Amino acid sequence: MYEFDFSFLSDYLPDLINGVWLTIGMTVASILPGFLLGTVVAVARLRGGPWAQRIATIYVEAIRNTPLIIQVFWLFFGLASLQVHVGSFAAAVIALVINVGAYTAEIMRAGFQTIPRGQLEAASCLSLSPFQSLVYIEVPQAVERVYPALVSQFVLMMLATSIMSQISAEELTGVAYMIQSFTFRGFEVYLVIAVLYLGLASLLRVVLLGIAEVSFPRRRRLRTPL
Amino acid sequence: MLGLTVQQIAYIFQGAGWTIVLSLLGFVGGTIFGLPLALARSARARWLRVISSGLVQFIQGVPLPVIMFVVYFGISIGGFEVPALVAAGLAMTLYAGAYLGEIWKGCIQAVPKTQWEAAECLALTKPQRFVHVILPQALRIAIPPTVGFLVQIVKNTSYAVVINFFDLTYSAKVINNSTFKPFTVFTIAALIYFAICFPMSVMARRFERKLHRN
Repeated sequence: MYEFDFSFLSDYLPDLINGVWLTIGMTVASILPGFLLGTVVAVARLRGGPWAQRIATIYVEAIRNTPLIIQVFWLFFGLASLQVHVGSFAAAVIALVINVGAYTAEIMRAGFQTIPRGQLEAASCLSLSPFQSLVYIEVPQAVERVYPALVSQFVLMMLATSIMSQISAEELTGVAYMIQSFTFRGFEVYLVIAVLYLGLASLLRVVLLGIAEVSFPRRRRLRTPL
Repeated sequence: MLGLTVQQIAYIFQGAGWTIVLSLLGFVGGTIFGLPLALARSARARWLRVISSGLVQFIQGVPLPVIMFVVYFGISIGGFEVPALVAAGLAMTLYAGAYLGEIWKGCIQAVPKTQWEAAECLALTKPQRFVHVILPQALRIAIPPTVGFLVQIVKNTSYAVVINFFDLTYSAKVINNSTFKPFTVFTIAALIYFAICFPMSVMARRFERKLHRN
């Protein structure tokens, strides 16, 4: 009978904590740039000239129909072959931003499409420039409408950081691999890692929903759930 | 050709074949696992719903590579020596089942309640109501999101590379290691993935529009 042995936990605790921090760091560093990129691309697809629309569509389809890991390899090994040396953390974040930007673009596009025409007309009546109308009227409303979808997308992105150990970024999964190669306790190690990811996913969800509570005062006053 | 030999390109395509095999395994396994899960998620018994939703949340909250490792090492502590395909197939089954179960639960619940009531008025038994009235309607609703999820399955088989399963990602990695032409190699791999996934994405969108028109 197989005997479970979790004693590695105490020996490798500092490594595990480092791994958790790196996973959190990658996630936090990617969320805002990814969101901004996605919003810009969504606007380009909806309002841009024919070329901007075409490029934005190609970008979104290319990213959404290929695996993240291939994108990461392409970027990381590709840059290395051009003698451009970026660290694995930077490469991971760039890849995540480019990847999540495409998914965010689709979500934000749906968000922009739900905004009633009257809002845009009201904005132009107040002589807001198209840019002002976009920043002050449309983006906040679009974000509010699609916020739950954005949260799910960023949680998925956090889970996807687990492959960054493939380019030797020692995040949580990378640390797990290192521990199991020393202890030969693969099953226990990955069970613990699974629970850690579950905790991180819940934490990220709570934090992002908390941010929504603070930043959408209208929602709070009306007590409408997200 | 492109600085690669014919054998090297053939090797990459060989990996693509295994990606398709693993995707099919994941979809078939995911259906077998996801269908009862969808039923349990929309069952009347409370304990069934609690257990199934807990299972779904666990699988959806853990990265697929970690599921791959858990299954891989889990099988090996059982004293079995199995090829990576079995471990990867099992992990894909768990992963796809959890998501397909959620999708299909939504489709079952999207069938209007009056259909259940009408079926009951016609004195159909409960299994009859489900099989003859609800299921055909739920299936129609389920087609677009299911095809859309197939794209996710194909893309996510690439995570099997962590347990050294020989798929398209793995074969591309091997060829890159020996030739060090990352742009060429990974562009070819990306194009193959794209050629598999993009038609399905387009199809999913087309089905979606068709469903909304009716």
